[in-house]
Amino acid sequence: MKQSITLGKVTRIIGISGFLETTKSLFTGKLGKEDFRNFLRKVIVPLASIVLFFGLWHLGAKTLFNIEAEYRINKALEEQGPEAAAQVEACIASGDISCQPNTLPSPSQVWDSYKTLLDDHYAISADKVAFKEKTAALNAQRIANGEAPIVYTGRPSFVDQILTSLKTVFAGFLLAFLIAVPIGIVIGLSKTLRSSVNWIIQIFKPVSPVVWLLLVFMIVKTLTKNSNADNAFIISFISVGLCSMWATLVNTAMGVSSVDKDYINVAKVLKLGPVQKIFKVILPSSLPLIFTGLRITLSVAWMVLIAIELLAQSPGLGSFVWEEFQNGAVDSNSKIIVAMFVIGLIGFLLDRIMLTIQKMISFNKND
Amino acid sequence: MAYLELKNIYKTYGEGDSATQVLSNINLTIEEGEFVAIVGFTGSGKTTLVNLINGLIEPTKGEVLFKGEPVQGTSHERGVIFQNYSLLPWLTVGQNIYMAVKEVFPKKSKSELHEIVADYVEMVNLTPAINKRPKELSGGMRQRVAVARALAMKPEMIIMDEPLGALDALTRGNLQDEILKIWGKDKRTALLITNDVDEGIYMADRIIPLRPGPKATLGPEFNIDIERPRDKTELNDNPNFKKTRNAIIEYLMDIGNERKAQTQEEYALPDLSPKSFVW
Repeated sequence: MKQSITLGKVTRIIGISGFLETTKSLFTGKLGKEDFRNFLRKVIVPLASIVLFFGLWHLGAKTLFNIEAEYRINKALEEQGPEAAAQVEACIASGDISCQPNTLPSPSQVWDSYKTLLDDHYAISADKVAFKEKTAALNAQRIANGEAPIVYTGRPSFVDQILTSLKTVFAGFLLAFLIAVPIGIVIGLSKTLRSSVNWIIQIFKPVSPVVWLLLVFMIVKTLTKNSNADNAFIISFISVGLCSMWATLVNTAMGVSSVDKDYINVAKVLKLGPVQKIFKVILPSSLPLIFTGLRITLSVAWMVLIAIELLAQSPGLGSFVWEEFQNGAVDSNSKIIVAMFVIGLIGFLLDRIMLTIQKMISFNKND
Repeated sequence: MAYLELKNIYKTYGEGDSATQVLSNINLTIEEGEFVAIVGFTGSGKTTLVNLINGLIEPTKGEVLFKGEPVQGTSHERGVIFQNYSLLPWLTVGQNIYMAVKEVFPKKSKSELHEIVADYVEMVNLTPAINKRPKELSGGMRQRVAVARALAMKPEMIIMDEPLGALDALTRGNLQDEILKIWGKDKRTALLITNDVDEGIYMADRIIPLRPGPKATLGPEFNIDIERPRDKTELNDNPNFKKTRNAIIEYLMDIGNERKAQTQEEYALPDLSPKSFVW
């Protein structure tokens, strides 16, 4: 029983509970006439849209593949004669990796790449474990001697890249939270301050992540001259934080400045002190808006992270995508598409988590 | 010395050309232990008057004296029951009252404070709902919480701004009795603002009509000479009640007609006649 409750909660968080429940009632045979329309709307149509999506993708990939193949054959025909053209055609038809057209991969290719990446991850993990075992004795000795232990410096797996990206996005999100919420509260409380810093917000809010990255790079590069800190990580998480904090800043300021007049009157009648007033009346009443801001911030952070990692040469999904693109191997394109889906899914999950937290702490349960 | 005194109060909102004078030349004296009701149309400036007395706003001209001292800001001595409950929605019933009590009695221990909260929640019959949030309560229950919150602060004077305006007739009657019961216990001074003449007569010692704004001003006062405790059903047969009620309503109607005559707005009605029905 307990498990079914938690399962229900999980599906509700992901947002597919309607789908699952309707499917369940189909199998338990409790499907009335009314339920049939529900079933159609919540199960059949979503499934059909998935099938349609993959179908269109498949057809599109095939068409692009044919265009590319035809071009190659024609080129061979023009430049080297019919014999070479026939050779190229045969090579493409045989599926040999050396002469595959480089274009949008089909769903099945992407699925294969996904499995390759997973296998690769297991291989690297096994490698790491083996390395750790092999160096355990030596490292213990080195630490005893006051030397730095030997660490694994092999290539990171795809899963490692995801974890690095998540680490960066959370660091950036935390930075945005720590900067934007306190400043937002202060700005929200003071009309003078609000109008005096408004220009900063309005001008810097629309600045592109790339420019932020360069700005942060200029500063961090100098500041970390004499240390061996992880520059790429610092630069990328600070840039992510600066890019994404504006939504929280604006929303917090708005929430704090637009507290219901009734609540302010209550605070006045109870004669709450300024600190009490902020923590007991103003903050609770603006929490919903602050959280809306944080939700936007997290999704913006995740979105700009990929671009920033790509430029900052910081490890993570962004650099994974960029390296694969530069790599130009046969399965590079499909690996990029795998990364695309992973990025999308993680972004979706992050948003859902924020939404759930927001719902949990919001006092407007009915809204 | 009067307990509460309003001297030549004027209140204007806005400045220059867009200024609207809401209250004009308001004079009011309330003695200690008295229950005074101010009756007026909606939009006549009643809430402005209340906010002046409890210290949320300041008069443009004139003085508000409370126990001989000019009112400066809000005070725990004057408890307010707001028109729209003004409960904090993220706190439970108990927490809403606790927050108020804690501010008024900062020296009391936690358990003493919780005891006070429990007492007042009990008094308004909300003990089963003490851990609920305002959203989960009906309008009447919310207003009872607001009453409990105002009274738990043990104010010397209770100011009520149309406290029962949004409630249905039955709940309204019950709450009127509850407020009267509590008021009767230690005879605090009370000021009730209402748009219901019957409510005013039932509850108050003295009724003062507020002539509608802009430039609202107080009308002549009506004393209610009906013995307490008053009984609602008997009240209807009481000749004194009828007389006072008719006098007040007549006065208010006259003001209303005056106002209509002043505006002189004519509405062109379409010339329609009902269609004949065939069954």
